[in-house]
Amino acid sequence: MTDWQLAFWTILAGALCNVSCALLGSYLVLRRLSLLGDAISHAVLPGIVLAFLLRGRIEPLSLFLGALVFGVLTAFLAQTLQTFGRVNEDASLGVVFTSLFAVGVLLLTGFVKVDLDVNCVFAGVLDTVALDTGRVGGIEVPRVLLTLVPALVLTLLFVLLFWKELKIVSFDPALATALGINATLLHYLLMALVAAVTVASFEAVGSILVVAMLIVPAATAHLLTDRLGWMLVLAALLGVLCAVFGYEGSRLLNTSAAGMMAVTAGGFFALAVFLAPRHGVVSKLLHRLALSARIAREDVLAALYRREEKEGSAELSGSSCLRLAGRDLTGLLGFLSLRWKGLIESGTQGYQLTPAGRGAAQLLVRAHRLWEAYLGEHFELPLDHLHEPAERLEHFLDPALQDQLAAELHQPVHDPHGRDIPPPPPGRK
Amino acid sequence: MIAYNTLIVLLGTGLLGATSGLVGTFAVLRRRALTGDALAHAALPGLCVAFLVVGERSLPALLLGAFISGVLGVSVLAALARWTRIKEDAALGIVLSVFFGAGMVLSRIIQNQATGGSKAGLDSYILGKTAGMLAQDVYLVGGVGLGCLLLIALLYKELRLVAFDPAFARGGGWPVLLLDLLLMALMAVIVVVGLPAVGVVLMAALLILPPVTARLWTERLSPMLLLSAALGLAVGVIGTLLSAHFSKMPAGPIIVLVGTTFFLTSLLVAPRRGILARAIARGRFRRKLASQSFLRAALALAGDDNDPVALPLLQRQVRGPIRATAQRLARQGLLEVVDDEHYRLTEQGREQAVQATRQQRLWQFYLQEYPDVASASVDLDTETLALRVPAALLAELEAKLDAVSTSLAPAVHRLSAQGGVTVAQETHA
Repeated sequence: MTDWQLAFWTILAGALCNVSCALLGSYLVLRRLSLLGDAISHAVLPGIVLAFLLRGRIEPLSLFLGALVFGVLTAFLAQTLQTFGRVNEDASLGVVFTSLFAVGVLLLTGFVKVDLDVNCVFAGVLDTVALDTGRVGGIEVPRVLLTLVPALVLTLLFVLLFWKELKIVSFDPALATALGINATLLHYLLMALVAAVTVASFEAVGSILVVAMLIVPAATAHLLTDRLGWMLVLAALLGVLCAVFGYEGSRLLNTSAAGMMAVTAGGFFALAVFLAPRHGVVSKLLHRLALSARIAREDVLAALYRREEKEGSAELSGSSCLRLAGRDLTGLLGFLSLRWKGLIESGTQGYQLTPAGRGAAQLLVRAHRLWEAYLGEHFELPLDHLHEPAERLEHFLDPALQDQLAAELHQPVHDPHGRDIPPPPPGRK
Repeated sequence: MIAYNTLIVLLGTGLLGATSGLVGTFAVLRRRALTGDALAHAALPGLCVAFLVVGERSLPALLLGAFISGVLGVSVLAALARWTRIKEDAALGIVLSVFFGAGMVLSRIIQNQATGGSKAGLDSYILGKTAGMLAQDVYLVGGVGLGCLLLIALLYKELRLVAFDPAFARGGGWPVLLLDLLLMALMAVIVVVGLPAVGVVLMAALLILPPVTARLWTERLSPMLLLSAALGLAVGVIGTLLSAHFSKMPAGPIIVLVGTTFFLTSLLVAPRRGILARAIARGRFRRKLASQSFLRAALALAGDDNDPVALPLLQRQVRGPIRATAQRLARQGLLEVVDDEHYRLTEQGREQAVQATRQQRLWQFYLQEYPDVASASVDLDTETLALRVPAALLAELEAKLDAVSTSLAPAVHRLSAQGGVTVAQETHA
């Protein structure tokens, strides 16, 4: 077999396994069942060993059945311990999967004579699966494909057939039950499939890395999108990418391909944590920064407007502007953006409002005083309690809301303190 | 006579069990049972890095590496759950699998580099090599155990607060984050020390099984800690002895299964939380409900002349098996048997029937008068109303009941002149 063929088959095997895992894992992540996936991937071990002992050789179908039984058993036992034993969810999972795993290891070391290596169960032998081939329809293909392809087909069928039901159950189990969907049945079906995919992937990537492929691409996709369909597509795509990059990385470092896939998945996840468009840490930080800067900017504008209102014209020195904006980074940004946006200009002694700035400030002060009027009217707050909430809310009342408030209060001209409520600036609606 | 080697191993596993039982108690109460699992997996890359850097098997370096990467793993876990939309369960799965994958990548690199026989030994990392324990390992485990004991004794009050009511602790100004970190660090130390002996999955079990078992026997923290430590000790010692007996079996899984056996036995027979005890209590409660409904129905039918009542007439009002209830009440001297189908209330039975009726009416009154509060406790035992509501309210309800119905026994609770409440007579025979 040439290098190129080896790479092709290995990546294909990894990708097949990753896509099935990612699809199922998306539902696990959404339903907060990730740990059940982890537990099942450990707890199927005794099922596999028992199937092996009963049949006397490695036979895919009986291995599947053994894993299915123990996968569903794990989910069932953990649930039973929670209800009947009143043990916390995490502790009951911990008890069940460690115990079943211990049974599996004992069976393995005690009764199995052949080389069914524990290490191989944990770590997988992706590096060599391509070498173990069989003939299908005249073409020589790796034997693992014979289990991985059916597992993927089964997963796809499950997802497509139960698309609607799975969606409702994932987001609103109570609604699902009310609509007559058998959530319990669906739950155990999902668990059975997780067990099946786990055992199909064992040979390729090993149990811990099944966990990686179940959870990590799905969680990454969850950071990137808010829609279920896209999440599944993205997760599957990430699974394929992990297979490609993982394999190439493992060739580069001459190390375990399955381990490299998990690390690649972790790398994609870390990127998403920081750079995801809406849920990423960086974008959240930028949003906050922009908001703080806007509030600082608007505070300066409103202060200038109030002084103008009192004294006819107003100028503020740079340092007092900064003091109003708050002496920090966002304050400085807000102050600088006033100049960039042309809302203030240099006067004789400091800064004064430009006409555009005056318009913006007028809108702001209008929001502030309208809210004070509304609070005074509807909440009967004392006069000295009005300013504080209005100062906070003024930044979030857009012109439409302002008009609504004004209409509700029958177009007031004064706020409760007796000051004028400015009209909306001309040219704005 | 026990061989020196066995003695060492016994001491080692016993101390390890006791220590993990101690620290695991807080983890289980804090619902962080599976953190130990994540820690154990996350320690692998650190172990490998330490090996690569130091270049040989130096125990302190390896332990330090494992400790650092374990703590790093849990910190990532906490940060993900805190700052992203990834939930705790998915975060745990991600940390566990990606770190483990990285560990596999590194360990393969080490294996490729190794010229002689010095492998880091992924095999013993997963399953542990209990028999390979040396005297220095025992000193280490003992020292760690002593340290944990000291820390827990010093911070007992704080740890207890955080374990049971973290929100209150935060509100009270306690450094919850710091205490959590301390707990994680303690777990990390134990996991790192225990890994070579029992292996990765089974280390998690040692942290979970003894505390969960102890939790079934007691509701108080200090007995739970003692019991959990004792159980851990017993599990380690018994498991080691068993595995010494079956020389082919690895000790780790056997230790875990001994723990599982303790847990299952406790689940069955524990005094209050055990399945048997709860079944007995439920049966007793059902019988009590049946007796009370029987007495009430019989009283209503018997009238003032105390006619014998026919069982078929009671059928609809009595909850539970009617004939068995009648025979039981007859044995208790509350009914006298007229014939197979007819029973008559005795003097004592009549008295209790009056009380039961009165209690039920009190409940109905309570539900009528305070439907908003009372509905929360509707299906509780009728006799406990006195325990559920303040004494003054009970007296008020009784007064109202007396005003509308005179046929029942007079109130037992009266408002005294001082506003306190006195119990006029003891009614529960």
